[in-house]
Amino acid sequence: MSADFYNEMYDSAGTLRPHYRPFAEWLAGMPAERLERKRVEADTAFHRVGITFAVYGEESGTERLIPFDIIPRIIPAVEWESLQAGLWQRVKALNAFLQDIYHEQAILKTGCIPPEQVLNNAQFRPEMVGVDVPSEIYAHIAGVDMVRAGAGESYVLEDNLRVPSGVSYMIEDRKMMMRLFPELFSRHMIAPVQHYPDILLDNLRTVAPKGVSDPTVVLLTPGAYNSAYFEHTFLAQQMGVELVEGRDLFVKNETVFMRTTQGPQRVDVIYRRLDDDFLDPLAFNKDSMLGVPGLLAAYRAGGVTLANAIGTGVADDKSIYPYVPEMIRFYLGEEPRLNNVPTWMLRKPDDLNYVLAHLPELVVKEVHGAGGYGMLVGPASTRAEIEDFRARIVAAPEKYIAQPTLALSNCPTFVESGIAPRHLDLRPFVLSGKRGISTVPGGLTRVALREGSLVVNSSQGGGTKDTWVLEN
Amino acid sequence: MLSRTADHLYWMARYTERAENLARLLDVSYQMSLVPQSVASQNENWRAILALNSLEATFAQAYSEVNVENVLRFMVSDAANPSSIYSCLRAARENAHAVRGTLTAEMWESVNATWIEQRQQNFENILARGISEFFDWVKLRSAVTRGVTFGTMLKDDALHFIRLGGLLERGDNTARILDMQYHILRQNDDEGASDFYRWGALLRSLSAFQVYRKVYRDAITPARVAELLVLNMDLPRSLHSCADGIVRMLQLIANSASAETARQAGVLHARLHFARIDDVLGGGLHEYLTDFMDRVFELGDGISRDFLMPE
Repeated sequence: MSADFYNEMYDSAGTLRPHYRPFAEWLAGMPAERLERKRVEADTAFHRVGITFAVYGEESGTERLIPFDIIPRIIPAVEWESLQAGLWQRVKALNAFLQDIYHEQAILKTGCIPPEQVLNNAQFRPEMVGVDVPSEIYAHIAGVDMVRAGAGESYVLEDNLRVPSGVSYMIEDRKMMMRLFPELFSRHMIAPVQHYPDILLDNLRTVAPKGVSDPTVVLLTPGAYNSAYFEHTFLAQQMGVELVEGRDLFVKNETVFMRTTQGPQRVDVIYRRLDDDFLDPLAFNKDSMLGVPGLLAAYRAGGVTLANAIGTGVADDKSIYPYVPEMIRFYLGEEPRLNNVPTWMLRKPDDLNYVLAHLPELVVKEVHGAGGYGMLVGPASTRAEIEDFRARIVAAPEKYIAQPTLALSNCPTFVESGIAPRHLDLRPFVLSGKRGISTVPGGLTRVALREGSLVVNSSQGGGTKDTWVLEN
Repeated sequence: MLSRTADHLYWMARYTERAENLARLLDVSYQMSLVPQSVASQNENWRAILALNSLEATFAQAYSEVNVENVLRFMVSDAANPSSIYSCLRAARENAHAVRGTLTAEMWESVNATWIEQRQQNFENILARGISEFFDWVKLRSAVTRGVTFGTMLKDDALHFIRLGGLLERGDNTARILDMQYHILRQNDDEGASDFYRWGALLRSLSAFQVYRKVYRDAITPARVAELLVLNMDLPRSLHSCADGIVRMLQLIANSASAETARQAGVLHARLHFARIDDVLGGGLHEYLTDFMDRVFELGDGISRDFLMPE
């Protein structure tokens, strides 16, 4: 056990943390063969159901299983409550920020955030200025990436406000644990998570355009070749809504319809899993075959609700991230409950100089990157990789931010050599609707399976764990 | 349901059925080629198979000679031939993949397993094991998928579109197989004893040999074969039986735009229901079958316009 990292299961003296005690006792009493059999069973079941994701950049059509680890990540109730309060606070502020920058822009006028950082941001959508969205909600679904570092304090790594994914694994992991080890669920009071699609559907229905009493909700997917297609199918099925592609929809008189075998049917709310750029070839990327011509016009006229709204990317952009604590103070008049990771903005000469001098110890990220692509983890990189990245930074410093390499917490995990600590993060999903804000307890725990790796993204070989929030 | 979903289901069923009927057609042609005859007339038969699907030009691009082995290779496992069994099974799987969420897990697994098994075979090992075994496998996989479809799907529009696609394809394919073989068989009428084997092979390819015996209890004659395959209401692969099913499916899925298509299907059905084989043969079976195929094609067009690809 490495003493340099916070371990979720044991304290620094090597003593079991109390909330892991019943689980650890159970694990100690489990014969190794039975565990092995269960792991094989889990693998087979995931394969059969087809819970896979496509990997970009590998041979076309490569589908991989996301490795599932049978040791859960356990969070005590009291800890979750404080985390949840912080998440709600943060998402409220982010929604307020989006409402503000697309209307009065009050926060820019105070100088809290340099206006050009927002207005010149590629993710800022001038088309959205002055557009009113139902209940002033922009980010209906937020996937906030949390990590624990140092002596155990939590940090927000990223606010994902565009089309965050992973919630289907959260639910499937829970189903799998209940199937493999039902006895664990009678030993613990574990807060359920499988009602997530219900809450999601309920939220989506509350943000339908004015005057629609029984809204039709659909899920818009880029199609079967998207890496998250499994999740799209899963959520549509669970919510009982149609899974549509752009070509299934058309716009007439600023109203959206889907083509059905019984004729055109009006669509009121679109849960879209398609990036802004591809939504409407008339307004954004002209070459997009995935979108719906005229969708933006219908949206602006209030004929349909999009979840998430267009233009949320400006609030989760890495160049805006350092200002979130300011937003919380500005809009809510509260002190932030969750920590931000200290961030150097390389467009600032002082920050740039410091970072260039300390590259081997830092994490550098592309401002617009996502999914673990296009980042440098200094301590885990070779000299050549660092020099290569240095050249890219010098060529366009404004495209990068840097952060200290966090000593991410770890948790015992099954690996080839037995049980060993691996680093992890947590992505809770925060839902906002007309009636307020909600989360199902926990979220998706991602674990970096390679020894020492700090990158948990599934595209980079990460796995998942079931996440238990214990009820009091 | 979404038009696109219906479209995928409909084509999934059509391609599955097409692969099966292609296996039937190739099987009967292969069986017949084993009956003693001149090389020239044999190759003529294989040429007819290419003509049946208007594939002469595509074939000529890759093969220099029309003979048994080349045509079989082209029609069985050539990925460049959009009408090969290989391509049909691939298309069926792609359509199924696009609407996985609408299929039952067993259905998806069946269609997917067929494709995976098919991908593991190549023409050489198909030949080595005996080509008839491969045709039997195609028919069996089609039967498994059909069985799982009926055994697990909810009886809603999704199932109706699957059935509609299958019936339309089957009617068309039966007409094609009959048209081609009838033509060849009548030309070679004078070859005497081999006649029994040839007509017998045609009946077997449509799973109708035993039925023929049951229905007629008499020697095999061309007119009766035609009557059975065109007009018999109870034979699952007859034109009449297919038209019957098409009419029923169109009633179940009717929408405000589909009245004309339903009417055309009704006409098609009536022409079979009230026909006598003497009249059919009197006007020329080839003409009759061509007219039938044209009408089925029109119906496909109408279904596409009314349900699958509406404006």
